[in-house]
Amino acid sequence: MTLEADTLNSTLDSVRVGIVTFPGSLDDRDAARAVRLAGGTAVPLWHGDHDLQSVDAVVVPGGFSYGDYLRAGAISRFAPLMEQITAAASGGENALPVLGICNGFQVLTEAHLLPGSMIKNNHLHFLCQDQRLRVENADTAWTASYAAGDEIVVPLKNQDGQFVADERTLDELEGEGRVVFRYVGGNPNGSRRDIAGISNAAGNVVGLMPHPEHAVEAGFGPDSSAVGQVGVRGGTDGLGIFTSVLKKLVK
Amino acid sequence: MTLNSSAAPAEARKFNIDTVAHALETPDVELPWAALGLKENEFDRVVEILGRRPTAAELAMYSVMWSEHCSYKSSKVHLAQFGDKVTDAMKEHLLVGIGENAGVVDIGDGWAVTFKVESHNHPSFVEPYQGAATGVGGIVRDIISMGARPVAIMDPLRFGAIDHPDTPRLVHGIVSGIGGYGNSLGLPNIGGEVVFDSVYQGNPLVNALAVGVLRHEDIRLANASGVGNKVVLFGARTGGDGIGGASVLASESFDADKPSKRPAVQVGDPFAEKVLIECCLELFKASVVEGIQDLGAAGISCATSELASNGDGGMHVELTDVLLRDPSLTPGEILMSESQERMMAVVTPANAAAFEAIMDKWNVEYSWLGEVTDTGRLIIEWDGEKIVDVDPRTVAHDGPVYHRPFHRPTWLDALQQNTFDGDRPADGGTLRAAVLELMASPNMCSKDWITNQYDRFVQGNTALAMPDDAGVVRVDEESGLGVAISTDANGRYSYLNPYEGARLALAEAYRNVATTGAKPLAVTDCLNFGSPEDPEVMWQFAETVRGLADACQELGVPVTGGNVSLYNQTGGVPIHPTPVVGVLGVFDDVARRTPSGWRDDGQAIYLLGTTRDELDGSEWANLRGHLGGQPPVADLTAEKTLAAILINASRDGMIDAAHDLSEGGLAAALSEAALRFGVGARIGIDELCERDGIDPFTALFSESQGRAVVSVARSEEVRFNDMCTARNYPHLRIGVVDAENGALDVQGHFTLPLDELRTAHEATLPNHFA
Repeated sequence: MTLEADTLNSTLDSVRVGIVTFPGSLDDRDAARAVRLAGGTAVPLWHGDHDLQSVDAVVVPGGFSYGDYLRAGAISRFAPLMEQITAAASGGENALPVLGICNGFQVLTEAHLLPGSMIKNNHLHFLCQDQRLRVENADTAWTASYAAGDEIVVPLKNQDGQFVADERTLDELEGEGRVVFRYVGGNPNGSRRDIAGISNAAGNVVGLMPHPEHAVEAGFGPDSSAVGQVGVRGGTDGLGIFTSVLKKLVK
Repeated sequence: MTLNSSAAPAEARKFNIDTVAHALETPDVELPWAALGLKENEFDRVVEILGRRPTAAELAMYSVMWSEHCSYKSSKVHLAQFGDKVTDAMKEHLLVGIGENAGVVDIGDGWAVTFKVESHNHPSFVEPYQGAATGVGGIVRDIISMGARPVAIMDPLRFGAIDHPDTPRLVHGIVSGIGGYGNSLGLPNIGGEVVFDSVYQGNPLVNALAVGVLRHEDIRLANASGVGNKVVLFGARTGGDGIGGASVLASESFDADKPSKRPAVQVGDPFAEKVLIECCLELFKASVVEGIQDLGAAGISCATSELASNGDGGMHVELTDVLLRDPSLTPGEILMSESQERMMAVVTPANAAAFEAIMDKWNVEYSWLGEVTDTGRLIIEWDGEKIVDVDPRTVAHDGPVYHRPFHRPTWLDALQQNTFDGDRPADGGTLRAAVLELMASPNMCSKDWITNQYDRFVQGNTALAMPDDAGVVRVDEESGLGVAISTDANGRYSYLNPYEGARLALAEAYRNVATTGAKPLAVTDCLNFGSPEDPEVMWQFAETVRGLADACQELGVPVTGGNVSLYNQTGGVPIHPTPVVGVLGVFDDVARRTPSGWRDDGQAIYLLGTTRDELDGSEWANLRGHLGGQPPVADLTAEKTLAAILINASRDGMIDAAHDLSEGGLAAALSEAALRFGVGARIGIDELCERDGIDPFTALFSESQGRAVVSVARSEEVRFNDMCTARNYPHLRIGVVDAENGALDVQGHFTLPLDELRTAHEATLPNHFA
């Protein structure tokens, strides 16, 4: 390893990424592992606290935050910690980077950090599969490691993954380049305009339904990758999401 | 936060409570023992034990705890063989054996794994979604009770005919129930089985297996020790659901004339269970519980009597302190309720505050019910009045034991003589059509439509999942230490010969685990049968247990726990005997696991083992509507050698793919290995036919055991051949991986483009259910 790489690694290590745990969070430990594998330091955050512990970025992971019997994310947005996150994420370009994955995306829409909403998949089933996505916007805090137009394969797994918004909002998202990820090779759930992920206007808040944190470690990811043939469960296309935010924060 | 109430609620007094004193005063009161599922001799025995008539609450307790489901009264005398036939060598890795909530196996480096398979058949037929969901919930709580973090689940499922009008109701309900519950718990679903057979039409089999991981020092047992320690009930509130689930639903046959038993099915809340998992793990970490027991079948009756009889022998409980969803429940109903997501623990007074703090953190409700005593009595009071006064052993352990009569079915000889003499395709065109038909058939088709409704990624440790031979999860992120698990059963084999059928089920699960490269260590079983009151069914059961216990001894893997499910029949027709066998194996490093499909062009494909003319009970015979003859021979010595070869080949990096041959024979194995990564192969079977003295059809469709196909890199071929030769195991190079032609080319016979094969393979389930 070169001296330069060493320095970069130790600098990345100093970036603290908070992982929020709600009572029904499921992919929180996976998100923490993804942050570690990308070189950063994962900091567990408890939904009931009022303390962001001076983290540099936040991941709201997947799961069923409060059971989601009412509507996915509807109760979590009122969690004490969400007040802090919403405030810190709303300060413009240099505001706190926040990533919502799956249920975390649903929570961010409920908290009005992102527009639109998720309803039940159009086929009404839970669906778990390797999903190909196109990175439409590589300028956000969470996608800078990619180039616009890059394709990635990450696992998709949800029951309420159909992204919906009114036409004006959809036009606005498209017009402002805020569609960050789009489904490629077939729309798996009926999401409007094949949208898999979006950002806020400043680009610090991103939400997506598929799970990049499950495509970060060779041997435990999807069976395929957009970059070519990989070993068994060897897909690691999702790692770039986590390196993006670390590099941005180091700069 | 709700705490226990010092004063009983007003509702508590509105019942005309049947106290112990009242029972003594009114010895001749008629009791509904028959409606609660007790037989007359069993009721008489309760009276004899107590020296008086039981109170209504005591009757409720005895009736559920002495049910077939809870007491194993018909199966006990046979199950003893699992203990009797275990050698010291087999116990080497066993930390906790049969009798606890689940067995615990040492996998090295201070890590242990607990696993168990259970049935939830009857509830899933009555109410498919909730029945299947709570089946997952129940087995997961067994795993938590051992002190482990649950890390994976599997679901062996058996439905009626795929085209029967009632099958979609069951498939949709059961699959979404398993998914809805398991996905919400954050447990990867890594495997299982899906079988369609009209014999399961009125009685589908929904078995659920869960695996948990713990450090050796974290093992928890279900006992109430330490006089003065407090007994606490926590989790969901107690409601009216599942009353009589164990006694009425699980322990009787269905009958079209009787009313629907839906109120006896429990209703699940996966969010409550997820929170319960996390809060229990925190309790274990903080060492604030002395003993813990989940509430499943027979609810509080089971938890109090088992905890008390396994500990210091006594317990005192105030039942009005139980938190209720429905205040109108009677004491008997509260004792019998099978409401889900509840746990009972024993806590020292010094730890009570720490316990409460953890409950509060997770917003889990709890109530202190009483304390451990050394009186040898389980005393339950209702607002201070004694309604239960029993020796807990008599409830939990001294239930009736039956030596049920059994005899070999009179029809078996004729059945075993009726060997398959149907259609045997001979030319290339009909063989090709036969392979396509097989791979599109209900039992051999792709199960993706089902397994894609389950999360296989969560926790980030899944190294293999369906459709590979076994599910593999990593346990230790540092070392890569991990486990493989497979469940298998073949009801048709067991119907033809239950002794051999059980051995074959174990052989296949054992082979599947070894095929991925893991060393098999331990066994769990779920024995699904018809009514034990039918002597022919009882014979099938006895033969199955004998066969499984013998086979475990021969393979050197002990049964660590499991479940017996009887009365699986509608009217007078029992299901095929279906012993679902789960085998757990261990890897030093899951990075070396072998997938079921090949990928690298030019690798050599070998067939290990001998192929005989064994089509009786096969999928092909099944497709031709034939069931007769003898199942394939189970040669466990051969299985051991094959397993050793597969494990060594994985460890030494000699093979890149391995797939076992079972249902559907070589035709299915080659098709699945090619479809796994969409990479074709050129196969020659003529040399095989010559060596084994069989025709091409037999080569492709026979279900001879002890076989696997593997792909070997050219550089490893010499080493691989030497190893097989040294172990004197039949091995034959039958082809090469061909990444260019996109087809399964059985040279000289037929070519099947993979696209065509895949379309046929994947269309069946969506055509019927999507």
